[in-house]
Amino acid sequence: MAQTTEAPVAPPPRADERVGRKSPLARVLARPEAGAIAGAIIIYVFFFIIAPPFRNASSFSSVLYVTSTYGLMATPVALLMIGGEFDLSAGVAVTSSALCASLFSYEFTTVAWVGVLVALALSLLIGFINGWIVVKTGIPSFLVTLGMFFMLQGINIALTQTITNQVASPDISTLQGFNSAREVFSASWTIGGVNIRTSVVYWIVFVIIATWILLRTRIGNWIFSAGGNPASARAVGVPVGKVKIGLFMAVGFMAWFTGMHTLFLFNTIQSGQGVGNEFVYIIAAVVGGCLLTGGYGSAVGAAIGALIFGMVNQGIVYAGWNPDWFQFFVGALLLGAILLNTYIRRRAEAAI
Amino acid sequence: MTTTADTTTRVALVKLIDVGKRYGAVIALHDINLEVSAGEVTCVLGDNGAGKSTLIKIIAGLHQPSTGTYEVDGTPVHFSSPREALERGIATVYQDLAVVALMPVWRNFFLGNEVGKGARMDIPGMKKMCKDELLAMGIDLRDVEQPIGTLSGGERQCVAISRAVHFGAKVLILDEPTAALGVKQSGVVLKYIIQARERGLGVIFITHNPHHAYPVGDRFLLLNRGASIGYYEKDQVTRDELTGLMAGGTELEQLSHELESAGGAAAEIGRSLEEDVTELGISHDTPGSDAAAAKTATRQEGPPSP
Repeated sequence: MAQTTEAPVAPPPRADERVGRKSPLARVLARPEAGAIAGAIIIYVFFFIIAPPFRNASSFSSVLYVTSTYGLMATPVALLMIGGEFDLSAGVAVTSSALCASLFSYEFTTVAWVGVLVALALSLLIGFINGWIVVKTGIPSFLVTLGMFFMLQGINIALTQTITNQVASPDISTLQGFNSAREVFSASWTIGGVNIRTSVVYWIVFVIIATWILLRTRIGNWIFSAGGNPASARAVGVPVGKVKIGLFMAVGFMAWFTGMHTLFLFNTIQSGQGVGNEFVYIIAAVVGGCLLTGGYGSAVGAAIGALIFGMVNQGIVYAGWNPDWFQFFVGALLLGAILLNTYIRRRAEAAI
Repeated sequence: MTTTADTTTRVALVKLIDVGKRYGAVIALHDINLEVSAGEVTCVLGDNGAGKSTLIKIIAGLHQPSTGTYEVDGTPVHFSSPREALERGIATVYQDLAVVALMPVWRNFFLGNEVGKGARMDIPGMKKMCKDELLAMGIDLRDVEQPIGTLSGGERQCVAISRAVHFGAKVLILDEPTAALGVKQSGVVLKYIIQARERGLGVIFITHNPHHAYPVGDRFLLLNRGASIGYYEKDQVTRDELTGLMAGGTELEQLSHELESAGGAAAEIGRSLEEDVTELGISHDTPGSDAAAAKTATRQEGPPSP
């Protein structure tokens, strides 16, 4: 509660006797990510029991790795959703960024880092265009980014085909600067026989940064209000348009980061990949407690949503099931999460 | 903040002189006079379509008056945006409240005016300030961390009012703050209006309910069809007269005749309505009658009859 460093005159922080009635359990349940935490525990225990390989530390590290590749993108997608918007182009934007970096540096035989920077500029530009159109026209971001999704997918495949006559980008591992870029984006260490990739570390760091922005800064305040009630936010002077454009660009930034990770891990990129991932990011955010209508949610929730996704993804394999069941599970999780979220929001919004 | 003002020399915080507003060919308001000084509540009463919202929009800086003068602290002003009015200390609390329901009370309180260094907010400080400011207005919240949507309508209204006060409002425009509230809740809001007045603010209280306006108001402006039908000091008018004027005596009488001629149950209602009209002294010959002349003639800003 409120305390100051040197203020003897200030009254001691006084606990309101009416607050005490709220049990710690009720406090936890009131958090946006409460449902996701419960779900994650249940799913972990479930696969722990039925899939013996799931219990190994090494297989959990691969769960974490799969989680991080989705979780990196789920983080800005969650912030965007709290800010009241969607980005359906987020999945293919990752591929666009990776293709841009590899094709640029390969065709112009530059240092790999040049392509990396060009790709960053492109990704930020895509985010800016998405945001700018949404803010200036008021057209729902669902439609704007759906258009962007198809355009990017078309460019990805067509341009790669035109330039390389193939469906994948050329191997760039011989380029100068490739190794240092791999060290930055796609390194891995082995600690106690368990392989840990940097993407997991980056993911956790980005989740912490996003949480800090959301809860501790005025920008976080603006993000919540831009999604919760943009008209009211504008009335009290919040730059709603800038906040939304910034969020779209944050998605662009992370699409670049994720794209670079994939590119420098595999040396090459399939031009058709990434389609469908936008839904995974959105599902992770929604399972983590973000409302589709904006104004409510958390970055930690989206991270746990991604973890659930990663556990189910790998757990089904370790359990020896037909992987086709995976999509059924994801759909069921999404439906359950939406039902829970709707219930929570009704409670939060209902006037007593 | 001044809490007292010398009654003889004080300058009105907000003053409208013969203000009118046209939207193309439509005359939304004409020849409106109104003033509010520090520590006063001026009530604007009128039925739907009387021109209350147009009046608010002019005072709040959303619209410019087509005719007449708008003075703040004795100098004429021409606001081109609500932001400018806000900078002069004129804050409007709209009916739809400008709060974000899912956000905690303290985040709502400081939204757009966050306190802190750089991007980082001083959260303990903000929570404390919010709680203290609400306490000063007599709102004792359990927890400023709860979503503002969980507060009652009256409490939400009070948070919006105290927010405006905290950020330097000198004049509060309250747009129908009690319209959607129950009896008890309305009482709570009226209490805060008095509290704001006691803290030295000028309050313009827009309402269609004379029972809410009379106890808190110092002046009453009655609007009907875009024109003033009366502007009274508190000692010049009684609550019943306000009610009668609001209802429009002549129209009520007409309605009662129509109902009576319809016969049956309607006639019954018509007769009781007629009794009410007589009791309130607002029959159509009111302006001429001895009883009513003293009541309504004072300080009436007679609009030129259309």
